[in-house]
Amino acid sequence: MRDIHRISVTVNGRRYDREVESRKLLVDFLREDLGLVGTHVGCEHGVCGTCTVLLNGESIRSCLTFAVQADGAAIMTVEGLARDGQLHPLQEAFREKQALQCGYCTPGMLLRAYEILQDNPSPRPEDVRKGIASNLCRCTGYQFIIEAILDAASRLRAAGAVPGSARREEVLP
Amino acid sequence: MTAPLSPSPPRRWVGKSIPRIEDPKFLLGRGGYIDDLAVPGMLHAAVVRSPHAHARITRVDVEAARRLPGVVAVVTGAEAATLCNPLPDFGPAPDKHVWRCLAVDKVRYVGEGVAAVVAESRYLAEDGCDLVSVEYEVLPPVVDPIAASQPGAPLVHDALGSNVAYERTFVFGDVERDFAEADLVVRDRLRWHRSGGQPLETVGALAQYDPGTGMLTIYCNSLTFTHFLFMVANTLKIPSNKLDIRPTPAGGSFGSKFWAVKVAVLAGMLARLTGRPVKFIEDRVDNISNCDHHGSDRIYDVELAVMKDGTLRSLKIDVVDDYGAYIQFGTGTHGNSLAQVVGPYRIRSVRYGVHAVLTNKCQQGAHRGFGSEVTNWVVERMVDLAARALAMDPVEIRRRNFIRPDQFPYVIPTGNMYDSGNYDGVLTKALELADYAHWRREQERLRREGRYIGIGVISCQERSVFSATEFWFWFDQPAAKVTSAPESVTLCVDAAGNVTATLYSNAFWGNSPDTVVAQLVAEEFGVDPASVTVVYSGSNRGLPATGPGGSRFTVMIAGAISGAAARIKEKAARIAAHLLEVSVADLEWADGGFRVKGAPTRAKSLAEIALWAHLFKHSLPDDIETGLVADKVYDHPYTTMPSDDRKNLGVFYPFVGNACHIPVVEVDIDTGAVTFLKYVAVHDAGTMVNPRSLEGQIIGGTAHGIGTALLEEYVYDAGGQLLTTSYMDYVIPSSMEVPDVIVGHQETPSPFTVHGIKGGGEGGRMMTPAAVSAAIDDALAPFGVRCNEIPATPERVKARIDAARKEHR
Repeated sequence: MRDIHRISVTVNGRRYDREVESRKLLVDFLREDLGLVGTHVGCEHGVCGTCTVLLNGESIRSCLTFAVQADGAAIMTVEGLARDGQLHPLQEAFREKQALQCGYCTPGMLLRAYEILQDNPSPRPEDVRKGIASNLCRCTGYQFIIEAILDAASRLRAAGAVPGSARREEVLP
Repeated sequence: MTAPLSPSPPRRWVGKSIPRIEDPKFLLGRGGYIDDLAVPGMLHAAVVRSPHAHARITRVDVEAARRLPGVVAVVTGAEAATLCNPLPDFGPAPDKHVWRCLAVDKVRYVGEGVAAVVAESRYLAEDGCDLVSVEYEVLPPVVDPIAASQPGAPLVHDALGSNVAYERTFVFGDVERDFAEADLVVRDRLRWHRSGGQPLETVGALAQYDPGTGMLTIYCNSLTFTHFLFMVANTLKIPSNKLDIRPTPAGGSFGSKFWAVKVAVLAGMLARLTGRPVKFIEDRVDNISNCDHHGSDRIYDVELAVMKDGTLRSLKIDVVDDYGAYIQFGTGTHGNSLAQVVGPYRIRSVRYGVHAVLTNKCQQGAHRGFGSEVTNWVVERMVDLAARALAMDPVEIRRRNFIRPDQFPYVIPTGNMYDSGNYDGVLTKALELADYAHWRREQERLRREGRYIGIGVISCQERSVFSATEFWFWFDQPAAKVTSAPESVTLCVDAAGNVTATLYSNAFWGNSPDTVVAQLVAEEFGVDPASVTVVYSGSNRGLPATGPGGSRFTVMIAGAISGAAARIKEKAARIAAHLLEVSVADLEWADGGFRVKGAPTRAKSLAEIALWAHLFKHSLPDDIETGLVADKVYDHPYTTMPSDDRKNLGVFYPFVGNACHIPVVEVDIDTGAVTFLKYVAVHDAGTMVNPRSLEGQIIGGTAHGIGTALLEEYVYDAGGQLLTTSYMDYVIPSSMEVPDVIVGHQETPSPFTVHGIKGGGEGGRMMTPAAVSAAIDDALAPFGVRCNEIPATPERVKARIDAARKEHR
């Protein structure tokens, strides 16, 4: 029953070698085995998007993914957004626009937003609205989240940066 | 009784949309939520749940589970009943519907806990649950509340002898005369189905027992009513001063973490039993099927007496409320309704009858609005019905009946008082923002194209800051006539002049208590809000605190901070007077310190004073103690007692905001789908502390209300089976189901609160169901369809349109 697998994953640029049970969910691996508790569990069946992380640059539901499936992959979690004590422009925009209330959906929402801007640095409001339909927020009604993502997009464009570009190279092995 | 407060001076920080103090930690993924905590040796619990609505437990076999490696303990309901007393129950006759953390003898709803398994990991605890074998003798389920009220119905609680847990009818004013004199009486049956808060974070607790000291420490994301925690200690069979509940930030509540003690009790019981720390976090099925707080589930028969000119005279309400299997708050959610049962109108008499029925469903509790959101919907449904009967515009009938600004404070027939308001001002602003005339023209134009556009206009109240009486005025002989619902703070100015505020409840559940406190402290002391530290105390050494709920927290903590700051300034003034060699009467507070009147250069800053207060006692007058710290327990500022005959319930919910929502919707008559073309919400919550945060609450509450109005329902089938145990079935609005909301504000300060603040946390959801229903009615007026049942799912809307079309043919 307790079949153990040895896996190697890179999370936020740092490599971890660990043994996991085959049934261990990626979100539990991140939270319990690596102590990265910024990724939260919401509905546990892939609907709410609270547990969203980026796996090789693409958003996934870490509550529906086994840790063994991430073997060899590069993962980005909310803990990987801020650098050197500086909030990421997305985090800055979320703070300024009050795009969070209870904060529980925020890590997943930030990573989904990161992916949206990576794919399209100049989204229209309706692109962002459609893009975040993958992630539920019970507090905000989404309006300030959409404002914040659009604001982050213009900050990033002004800085000449695509959100993922520099970071992604560092993260990928 | 409180005299009106004197007007506040110009404010520097109250009213500013500063970024929230809370946010950086959440943005960094360091929120410190309950499931983020871990301690050495920690075990994990999971619960075996009933698959049946109603069944006798004939046998529970836990041996296989106990033998599983990694499982540390298995506790059945019968064993739990020896470890714990029943859970605290504020309802009528609690000994006749005994409520426990795990079921004993019989299960009363799908999802009720039967046994708990504690293991080295959550995975192993769930493995253990799979090995627990429970045999049931299935009993006939009690599902429909009206059938449940009939004699001979199967009983949810045999000891009660009936499924009707409580019935009472109140009459306020001369209802019969007003109905006899009315030109017109409109009647309707209205159905509000069950939904719930459903925060993305479930309820959880981490309990640690220290056998050396006897202390049971429970970290939990619900901590309210700390002055009632002795009842939880009694449940856990420990002395009240050996229980310490420590709050963690809650990842949303919406009422569902308002006094949610079952999870904390389970964790505490299991920690004492095993001698090791135990964490129990509800999973989503646990939370949907077994949380303490499903929302109202009501069937109304309503009559409204009206005059030909549109004057609203009197209201008769009879409501059957399906409470599920237990009734922990009694009919408090109807007490709440009575705070604003006449809405913003001069309705002069009311009859209100409530029939609280027990069924085989999860129990009811709090859901953003605490019952008043339902009454708002009911009153507005009836006003619209009257307008339709009189062929009056919905705006006109409301204007004709509003309580006028010069009539405040205004006492409504139930005895509650509305402190202040300007309802026509709010409505007028909303009509402007909505461009009402334009949309009326559009409606006509688009109808010629076969499109069905509807405009809803509603005006509703948001009562804020409950007193304790609403929970007991139902009873002629209440268990305890509790008279306040306090909130407390400790302010400490340290030797460097920095201020720390200590809060005593689980104040954070998605609102902005740290920000509000920082702004209020900054206002008092002239410091930067970013410099203020806010910490949360455990209950054991805590001052009494009721926590958020009923849109009370901002008003109450403002009172507490004002009181504590006054105490600090009083001491600081004495120290400054000594240092400046003047009398206290010669000093004035200015620019963050005390200065001599008329000699502004002779001054001592708060930091200088604090240094002296902390370090140089012997240089100060003898009776001044070291330190600069003050507590303030702020009691409910305006409560009066109900009359013995209960013809007057007294003042119990006096700070009353108001809002007007105007949605413009389109109904697809082929699918029944409702989409938004525009949404305007104008709110008056008195003086605003942080307008951006309040706007966030309004917009978020509106989205929540759209879920209530159109999508969300806990569905039980005829056999009592819960059909909506995941977010695939219980539909929470996504970004695609909610519109951008155009928010407007009006500020009518309360004359009775510090800074004139009124509550604002529930307002969005308290208005939206009424507004959306009105818009659907308006869109479907050509069919004569009325939205008298919510959620108005596409299925329900389409069925009504089809029925109306058939009738036409």
